[in-house]
Amino acid sequence: MTGTGSLVRLILRRDRLVLPLWVLLLAVLPITQTAGIAELYPTERGLREFAASFGANPALVAMYGPFTHWNAAALGVWRAGFTPVLLGLACLLTVVRHTRVEEETGRRELLGSTVLGRQAGLSAALAVAASANLAVALVVLASFAGPGYPVAGALATGLGYAATGMVFAAVGAVAAQLTESAGGARAIGLSALGVAYLVRMAGDSTGASWLSWLSPFGWSQRMRPFAGEVWWPLALSLAAVALLSLAAYALAGRRDLAAGVLPPRLGPADAVPGFGSPLALAWRLHRGPLLGWSAGFAVFGAVVGAAAKAAADTMAGNARLMEMMARLGGSANVADVFVASVMSIFGMGAAGYAVQAALRMRGEETLMRAEPLLAAPVGRARWMAGHLVFALLGPAVVMLVLGVAVGIAYGASTGDVAGRLPGVAGAAVSQLPAVWSLAGLAVALFGLLPRLTALAWAALALFLLLGQVGALLDLPPAALDLSPFSHLPKLPGGEVAATPLLVLTAIAAALVATGLYGFRRRDVG
Amino acid sequence: MSNVISVSGVTKRFGRTRALDGLDLEVRAGEVHGFLGPNGAGKSTAIRVLLGLLRADSGTVRLLGGDPWKDAVELHRRLAYVPGDVTLWPNLSGGEVIDLLGRLRGGLDRDRKRELIERFDLDPRKKGRAYSKGNRQKVALVAALASDAELLLLDEPTSGLDPLMEAVFTDCVAEARERGRTVLLSSHILAEVEKLCDRVSIIRDGRTVETGTLAELRHLTRTSITAELAGPPDGLADLPGVHGLRADGGRVTFEVDDDRLGDALARLAARGVRSLTSRPPTLEELFLRHYRDGDARTANGSTRTAGGDARPVDGDARTASGDAR
Ligand SMILES: Nc1ncnc2c1ncn2[C@@H]1O[C@H](COP(=O)(O)OP(=O)(O)OP(=O)(O)O)[C@@H](O)[C@H]1O
Ligand SMILES: [Mg+2]
Repeated sequence: MTGTGSLVRLILRRDRLVLPLWVLLLAVLPITQTAGIAELYPTERGLREFAASFGANPALVAMYGPFTHWNAAALGVWRAGFTPVLLGLACLLTVVRHTRVEEETGRRELLGSTVLGRQAGLSAALAVAASANLAVALVVLASFAGPGYPVAGALATGLGYAATGMVFAAVGAVAAQLTESAGGARAIGLSALGVAYLVRMAGDSTGASWLSWLSPFGWSQRMRPFAGEVWWPLALSLAAVALLSLAAYALAGRRDLAAGVLPPRLGPADAVPGFGSPLALAWRLHRGPLLGWSAGFAVFGAVVGAAAKAAADTMAGNARLMEMMARLGGSANVADVFVASVMSIFGMGAAGYAVQAALRMRGEETLMRAEPLLAAPVGRARWMAGHLVFALLGPAVVMLVLGVAVGIAYGASTGDVAGRLPGVAGAAVSQLPAVWSLAGLAVALFGLLPRLTALAWAALALFLLLGQVGALLDLPPAALDLSPFSHLPKLPGGEVAATPLLVLTAIAAALVATGLYGFRRRDVG
Repeated sequence: MSNVISVSGVTKRFGRTRALDGLDLEVRAGEVHGFLGPNGAGKSTAIRVLLGLLRADSGTVRLLGGDPWKDAVELHRRLAYVPGDVTLWPNLSGGEVIDLLGRLRGGLDRDRKRELIERFDLDPRKKGRAYSKGNRQKVALVAALASDAELLLLDEPTSGLDPLMEAVFTDCVAEARERGRTVLLSSHILAEVEKLCDRVSIIRDGRTVETGTLAELRHLTRTSITAELAGPPDGLADLPGVHGLRADGGRVTFEVDDDRLGDALARLAARGVRSLTSRPPTLEELFLRHYRDGDARTANGSTRTAGGDARPVDGDARTASGDAR
């Protein structure tokens, strides 16, 4: 354990911007939702009505979890039901970043030869994750207790979040021991996260509610914040954290530095015939994430598509809800509105993938892997083009997969696949101009301000926040207009407006061109 | 056009650091040119400028008759590069990397690849991190040596290789020279430089401090003298050009600048010489003098002779500073 303290300081220094950013952003989501709802529905009657229609919507229950109580705080926490997923994701990635990535790049070796204990890296990453989760809990507590909401509910919300975050931090710690590559560890951790979410989704939207007890997301939801708190599910989370951490330490103690538990496989002695261009290399580097995102979107798309019809049936006839949804979604057809709002969430996800794929270039550069190619007869633009294919077309593939999955599942439930599929697939594809603008931003930063590429993530986080709470908060239009996603037509159901799509695509193209221009004129390394 | 590389007055800054500060470098066609200097002298920076990865702030750079910044792609068809710190992709095998780099350069000779893999005793099926440092280095070496490039730019190519593999490397470079290739070899391993290099350039703080054949460099320096005298060596210490005098009874050892050798010997003869040995400086002494502070040739009263710690540590600061960049 020696040296854990100094490693913690190192991690905090390296993450001094990113860490407070996600802690704060995620922690204020439930109070933002609550405040928005309380403002829209100042009376008990209004809240009850809102709750009755929303809480009975199986699609929303599938996405956010079971509905507990009609009061504004309970509704707000429920509507912020995606927060634990994002928090789990952030914790998982943080732990992998400060354990396996450090080992993979050899930096840990450098530090490991000083007076660090064997497990110091793992302990430091977990300690940082624990502090971040504690901070989330405290901010949630303060944000609800401040305006006078019940402290018990605030505490249950905050502790529930922190517990879920810690479970996935520990999942990340285990995943980081298994594979040699950080990418592999992330894939294992993300799969675990996806499975946990899907299991809870299945449990809450079908009769088999016991399934939700198998998922960490289910545990914190069953603490029922603001609806007669139940505390003991917290013990389940803590037990899981303890078990997973023990497993991570045991695995870490038995393997060598930089090695994984799963043995590395040997590769071919000669490359296959076509493997001789920057594009071929880019395919090898990007195919894993592309397949992963496609598979994830296909699964989630099918679940969402299957739930859309049920959502429409339950809500049909509730005039007030229809009006409310129309305001959010732009159409009076409930199922369309539901699909449209889901599309924009997935659009943000695809933008995350696009930014990740674009910034792979920066990763290759800082890890000195761009150099051997650029020292061969490969021009800068040609090298970039290989990665750009995946940063731009990868999200297109992923969104198309999503559209087809939603369309088929939705169409199957209404018995009209041929009728539903084109509209839904079109709706998915219409997200692309906004997705591309973010990819373009990342490329432009890479070309002009390579040290500030993290700003692309900050922009995405901002747009995500605007999209989640902007409509409820009555923010000035100029603020909402910042996000490219706010300019997209609300599809399916809304009008297809070509102008914003074309303008966004043109902006994206200009940003990509700027990035190419910048990179051809700057130093590499 | 006998110069394959000609660099003159090149400067390159990174923020406040002046990595290159008026660098001059001439490499003639068909020679193996040693490129030496202490850590942080600017060798890797100079090679990156030659590759067009970095743009020089000022000065002129010509490589194979072209401008490395503007004509990068064309020039890169005719050269091969081995970086000092090779990083590989974690999901590619060594064999795949060799093939990729070879094909980018327009195809590579399979038999030659196989032969080099055998000579370097490399397992081409391992992936990325599964390679040790030396083996990663071998992957880059095989890729470069298997190519048909006219010019090889090698940045500390043997760092991490065991002595056996170093010998294989030396053979390979000698063969490359026989086939008329030009080689720029940055190295901290003096034995390698002595064996391979026709000419060397020594740089310090981004500036060239010495260029020439090893014989020429030796000529410009000092001779070590050990003598048994009949009497005490009075006056010898004050003689211009004499350094590091140590006297133990009648036995004296010192170094003397070659252009003062005559005076020193005359002074010794005047004291009555019983025995005398003189030897040219070892390569290590030669380089250490250039690597250390102060102008090498006018270094005054130097008592800092080469000791047991003579060989400069070969290592790369880049791994340590990777994150900070
Ligand atoms: N990308 C960079 N950014 C900032 N400073 C740099 C960069 N690259 C090199 N330097 C600095 O330039 C100087 C020269 O470095 P360079 O790597 O060229 O030295 P070197 O002669 O190759 O040393 P070594 O023998 O250790 O390999 C050093 O002071 C180094 O810190
Ligand atoms: Mg170097």
